[in-house]
Amino acid sequence: MTEPQITLYRLQACPYCERVVRTLNRFGLEYQSRYVEPMHSERNVVKRVSGARSVPAIIDRETGVTMSESANIVEYLEGTYGEGGA
Amino acid sequence: MPDFDVVSLPETDHVAEGDTAPDFTRPLVNEEYWEDRALDDVVDGPTLLVFHPMDGAFQGTYLYNTIDDHGWADDLDVLGLSISSPYAHKRLLAERGDGVRIFADPGAGVIEEYGVAHDIDGMTGVTEARPAVFLLAGDRTVEHAWVASDHPEFPDAEAIDDAVDRLVD
Repeated sequence: MTEPQITLYRLQACPYCERVVRTLNRFGLEYQSRYVEPMHSERNVVKRVSGARSVPAIIDRETGVTMSESANIVEYLEGTYGEGGA
Repeated sequence: MPDFDVVSLPETDHVAEGDTAPDFTRPLVNEEYWEDRALDDVVDGPTLLVFHPMDGAFQGTYLYNTIDDHGWADDLDVLGLSISSPYAHKRLLAERGDGVRIFADPGAGVIEEYGVAHDIDGMTGVTEARPAVFLLAGDRTVEHAWVASDHPEFPDAEAIDDAVDRLVD
């Protein structure tokens, strides 16, 4: 498998995650979804990769960025891949 | 004569030895998360692909106990598959199946394609997998196949041990 550029840790039907998905789609970015459990205590994998148990969290292999919090992620994506971005 | 009935399952045209195991993509569950994975992408060496009844049924429990008792996941990749949801798979993996990953096939499309479907009497609308074990080489060639023909029926673990030994040096 050619691994997609971005891995998205998400929770089923989480509005903050959907917001990130919309932004990824807006910029045509390839991503792989990894679903985790609603219970925070069950999210050690997210804590391990991002330092926090919150979702959404993304790993962008193109830039080496790992990030949580949907507002931060959307801002990062817009800044990096949007009009006038790097 | 035992005073209970072991039901024979109908003949089925299932994936057999010498076939290439059909590729498919389904959510693959590990102890921490699940994500879409293609079988072709996951299989990179000897692999045991185990179809089983829905999580919680005793046949599945026995199968995972057998996998653990024989240490198959130490010798090769072990992949389960049932119609149960990823959430149910995670609960199963918390208790048994150390090192195993499980595909979720709620619509039984993969189960149908492999020819191992079973419509359960008294659970209308539910099609699930009959127990089946396929030992795959790294190119997905089926080296050993076993599909239940009775209900219930369990695989011959010694035969699987032997087949694994022949494939894994």
